[in-house]
Amino acid sequence: MSLCPVVELQAVAKRFGDGPPVLEDISLRAHPGEMVSLLGPSGCGKSTLLRLIAGLTPPTAGSLRVEGRPPGDPAASVAFVFQEATLLPWLSVRANVEVPLRLGGAAAADRAATSSRLLELVGLGHRGDAYPRQLSGGQRMRVSLARALSLSPRLLLLDEPFGALDEMTRERLNEELLALQGAGSWTGFFVTHSVAEAVFLSHRILILSAHPGRLHAEVPVPLPHPRTAETRLQPDYLRLVAQVSRQLRAVSPAG
Amino acid sequence: MPRLNRRLLLPVATGLLFLGVWQGVHLYLSDDLRFLLPSPGMVWSAWGEHGDLLRRATANTAQGALLGFSLAVAVSAGLSLLLSLSASIRSSLYPYLMALQMTPLPILAPICVIWVGAGLRSVALLTFVIAFFPLVVNTTQGLIATDRNLVELFQLYRARRWQQLFLLRIPAALPYFFTGLRIAATISPIGAVVAEMNAGSSAGDGGGLGFQAVIFASQAKYAALFATAATTCLLGFALNAAVLALSWTALHAWHDSYERTDR
Repeated sequence: MSLCPVVELQAVAKRFGDGPPVLEDISLRAHPGEMVSLLGPSGCGKSTLLRLIAGLTPPTAGSLRVEGRPPGDPAASVAFVFQEATLLPWLSVRANVEVPLRLGGAAAADRAATSSRLLELVGLGHRGDAYPRQLSGGQRMRVSLARALSLSPRLLLLDEPFGALDEMTRERLNEELLALQGAGSWTGFFVTHSVAEAVFLSHRILILSAHPGRLHAEVPVPLPHPRTAETRLQPDYLRLVAQVSRQLRAVSPAG
Repeated sequence: MPRLNRRLLLPVATGLLFLGVWQGVHLYLSDDLRFLLPSPGMVWSAWGEHGDLLRRATANTAQGALLGFSLAVAVSAGLSLLLSLSASIRSSLYPYLMALQMTPLPILAPICVIWVGAGLRSVALLTFVIAFFPLVVNTTQGLIATDRNLVELFQLYRARRWQQLFLLRIPAALPYFFTGLRIAATISPIGAVVAEMNAGSSAGDGGGLGFQAVIFASQAKYAALFATAATTCLLGFALNAAVLALSWTALHAWHDSYERTDR
């Protein structure tokens, strides 16, 4: 594994049209295998930051490199997980997982092998023929994760993927996500509102302030891996949650 | 089985009630006024009496309606794809599509007759004109209303234009298309009948239901007129049922407009 950063932003700014700046002077790096969480109040531009890295929208200023190339470069191996599962409702679960492979022109046999392996990995091996509406919210998000992993990405961008799920499902999916990352060794950017989730998942938390979005603080999370449900009971974990909560409150408007 | 009972028995019950009230009103009228509302029995006999005539007229109307309807489906599909390309194309074309829809058939009919001749051709063309608008509007809406996140997903995986069209936009537009298709299936027989009343019959085919209705009215055969109206309804129901079946086949497995089965 090379030491060059997977993602590197230097003095990146973003504004839409003549509107106020959404992001200002953002410089950050993410290294191979790292999980970085972006935490901040509503309107701090954390989703926009993710979309910049994905190449879905261009920066107004600054330089942005993904694996040393401009974002959106065909050679970059990036996958995106949206706030909602964003599945194609007319396709079976299996066909949904295969969408990125199909768009890339993979052979049917390869697609089937990959989707079977990934559905097994996210615990949905028996639901391949179901349609998305037959699944629960948590199961749909698992399909979305499996789809994101189908091209074996080296960078995974997750935009509040578990925000709409209940607490128990969210905690279980957090554990599964870490297991998936351990198995796939990709780099992850995780946008969330939840301090507990950010601490549990990350090697590093970036706290953004709002209007405009700026980097407010960087908090390393030195909790040992593998992290499990037990981790949430450890004093170190609870202390970090309290500390990050305080720092987040400092940049959040009252009320 | 209470659900099945409700779905079968309720419409049958209202139907019987309706026939009863109808018969009652007929009997209530004095003898010299009864011709205004023939009884259900009289309509039924008129159906028997003019059976051959009505069957042939139904076949003619069905032919005109189906031709116009199919033409509308084909042309609207192509036009919707064109309209979905850009907002500028939509703003330049929509007012004129609406103008076409706003012109009453009885005014268009003589123009059509001059252009393509009386009978089937005019009837099909006029049916096309009225069936076409709901199809274009709905299908175009469906093609441009694709979920933004799904579009971005396809961008992210560098989908080609045709991939985005065939794997995303067209399937996503299907429910909208079927909504348009159901409206078109309902108004096509009506359009065909109105067209027949205004554009006559082709030489030798005896005309359709609209043409026949004009003749029955001029002969003061009111029971036969009611029978013609009922036949037109049946034709509309048949076309609707066909479209519903098609829509069910295409959508029931995945679309929320159909009941969830194994949750």
